[in-house]
Amino acid sequence: MFVGVDVGGTNTDAVLMDGSELAGAVKVPTTADVTSGIIASLAELLTHLPTHGQVNAVMVGTTHFTNALLERRKLAPTAVMRLALPATQLLPPMIDWPEELRQAIGGEARMVRGGHEFDGREISSLDRKAIRDAVRDLRRQGIRALALSGVFSPVDGSHEQEAAAIVQEEAPEMRVCLSHENGRMGLLERENAAALNACLGEMAAQTLRSIEGALSSLGIVAPLYMSQNDGTLMDAEFAGKFPVLTISSGPTNSMRGAAWLSGVTDGIVVDVGGTSTDVGALVRGFPREAAVAVQLAGVRTNFRMPDMVSIPLGGGTVVIPESMRIGPESVGYRISEEALVFGGSSLTATDLAVADGRADVGDPRRVEGLDRRFVGEAMSEIQRRVEAAVDRVKLRHEEVPVVLVGGGSVLLENDLAGASRVLRPEHAGVANAIGAAIAQVGGQVERVYSLEQTAREQAIRDCSSAATARAVAAGADPSTIEIVEVDEVPLAYVPSSATLVRVKAVGNLAAGA
Amino acid sequence: MWEATEDVLESIAIGAGILGTGGGGNPYIGQLRAKQAIRQWGPVNVLSPDELPEDARVVCVGGIGAPTVGIEKVRDLQSYHALRAIEDFTGEQATALISNEIGGSNSVEPLIPAAMTGLPVVDADGMGRAFPEFQMKTFFVYGVPCCPMAIADEKGNSVVIKETIDPRWAERLARSLTVQMGCVACYAVAPMSASQVRDTAVPHTLSLARDLGDAVKKAGSEGTDPLAAILDTCPGKVLFGGKVVDLERRTTAGFARGTLTIEGLESNAGETMVIEFQNENLIARRDGVIVCTVPDLICAVATDVGEPVTTEMMRYGLRVTILGFPAPRLWTTPEGLAVAGPEAFGYSTEYTPLAI
Repeated sequence: MFVGVDVGGTNTDAVLMDGSELAGAVKVPTTADVTSGIIASLAELLTHLPTHGQVNAVMVGTTHFTNALLERRKLAPTAVMRLALPATQLLPPMIDWPEELRQAIGGEARMVRGGHEFDGREISSLDRKAIRDAVRDLRRQGIRALALSGVFSPVDGSHEQEAAAIVQEEAPEMRVCLSHENGRMGLLERENAAALNACLGEMAAQTLRSIEGALSSLGIVAPLYMSQNDGTLMDAEFAGKFPVLTISSGPTNSMRGAAWLSGVTDGIVVDVGGTSTDVGALVRGFPREAAVAVQLAGVRTNFRMPDMVSIPLGGGTVVIPESMRIGPESVGYRISEEALVFGGSSLTATDLAVADGRADVGDPRRVEGLDRRFVGEAMSEIQRRVEAAVDRVKLRHEEVPVVLVGGGSVLLENDLAGASRVLRPEHAGVANAIGAAIAQVGGQVERVYSLEQTAREQAIRDCSSAATARAVAAGADPSTIEIVEVDEVPLAYVPSSATLVRVKAVGNLAAGA
Repeated sequence: MWEATEDVLESIAIGAGILGTGGGGNPYIGQLRAKQAIRQWGPVNVLSPDELPEDARVVCVGGIGAPTVGIEKVRDLQSYHALRAIEDFTGEQATALISNEIGGSNSVEPLIPAAMTGLPVVDADGMGRAFPEFQMKTFFVYGVPCCPMAIADEKGNSVVIKETIDPRWAERLARSLTVQMGCVACYAVAPMSASQVRDTAVPHTLSLARDLGDAVKKAGSEGTDPLAAILDTCPGKVLFGGKVVDLERRTTAGFARGTLTIEGLESNAGETMVIEFQNENLIARRDGVIVCTVPDLICAVATDVGEPVTTEMMRYGLRVTILGFPAPRLWTTPEGLAVAGPEAFGYSTEYTPLAI
């Protein structure tokens, strides 16, 4: 049996999954240290475990690691070394970081000779001596983590690997992050990601150890996995190296859970909360990724984030009848005190839904006096705004299934424009934890090939086997691995048929993992 | 004269993005490089073409390469090296620099060597928009020789192309050199005189880009209509408003070609606009009827905020407004149209000037 845990801002949810059955679900308040909340939820969840049942794996979704970045605490003194000279000198590492964050990690940036061209030639041969000297110097300064970034390392990662070996010789205790191990094309963004992973590594490893300790104190011997942004899992060791990959696991797990609960693999998920509505697209059971660079604590990264549209509309959204204004203000979590139907004095979207007869909460008599026509118009407007958001996340102009989750989904009618059908699955309140529990493991690789020298099929095969190897390394059962995405982007202005190939492989978690 | 400081670069990037007519490359890195150069070496004076002294020697610099490579091997000081190479070869010292292309990231390229050397930049460029190839500059249309030109990489290699039989050959040779140099090079063309600049450059385009960006930012912070702010700054018209419903892309001969289909909303409800692009937007048809063609500017901006939307950023569902701006008059003469009219891009359409 698999256990899924979602550590949210307010609640920590845990579910027990027996194959494709939901065998138990609990909700407890999230704690500041994260771990005690997890322990509390698991202790209660284990009471649902059948006598001969056994926990085979625990999957946790949390944004705890990345919160440390926002608060700039527990960050290791970190340096970034770029293998690129004489190229790229004008924009040294961390050039576009917020000053406070750069200072918080020490802000040491170094550049040495090395790196590759788009077609795999070396820009310069790797300057091993400069690397050795720099590492000695950084070590003396008390630097404990180092990010290494080589130009075009996704095409050829050998310079980053050689540099890492030198660091290992000179400063074996130094934590090293190689940019090509996680990141796409885009030097600055990939380098930033490596730097963030490097500075969070210590703290993440510590948190993971304490979660593992918590598991064994509860008698759970199963391995621990963490949810990552793209809806796949990473093992605890990998998560310790790439903690930033957990940053948007929340919305991803919510969408994956909604997909599982509703049986929809391709469609739109609409999550209506108290303050906002998040709309995202599912493609083969996974959230579609955003194309634009994502900022994290003010730093540009190229993480794989779900492509979502968020609109300020939820159950707590404040409505002003005089101006026919709906939002963006919301009473948020205070809805149970402030909404009219709960005895409060704010007219909210939930009050309209009650007046309209769609929702049955609170005291309906308190909204009896509302003008019928106004209620009707406002509800149509709410419906229209959600329909517009659904339309924005669609890739094609056709009707698709829409899954409604979240407490605020009572605001919406099933007759939703653009939807082929509307589903409202049960247990949607623990969709995030379910999303964590059902996650697969994946691997993604992005490389540039010259299609004059390499046949297209050969390039895709080569990239696919690298992605498969990466998925297996992450814990996937090799026999279940499937290539879920092949993307080819021809490079404009390069006449030699140079093409960027990106392949993503996913598979089920190996049973004995 | 005005001063290009770190603060104006964001506005220039927005304005240059709009004038980029869908192409022009990733504006972020160009902006960051110019910002860093100004931070390191100080602000740059921007001279109106009529402020140029009579004996001015003006060098046009620009980037050449693949934008997709440029996000990885980030461009360095190649334009400075190209400038030095052409000065060495011609034996003439530049007294000012000029942008080859106001659309996209090339708009700020001269600011980098200008900050380094203390030279001013001319408030003008060789396109008044964005175009895909080297030879498509008003300078060359009106008789400024495209050679000698120097091309340089970041490793210390530089090559001077002494002479070509026409500017297309310069593009062809420079392009092959660029690939060998690793696809992120810069070039510098032998100096122009003050009168050549006044006669053949599209004037006041750097100010225009700055003003467009300022207008968009101001509308954003004051909550006013960004489209009206853009049209108040640069005379033009709204060609169409709607949402993107289809994008068909193919790369042929190194160019990103394709068609963009927009379904009309509000005043355009029930209508469809189809735009054909080759890196830049070239032909706009409303319900099958051509409403704007190259060299007039066909610019897509996000309807709600007025920020430019490049072809690479287009995707289903985006709300965009298509703006049309009349081409600089240097492009609408028979000589101009021969280089940058619809027929130069393979369309059998005759150019009809956009009426505003």
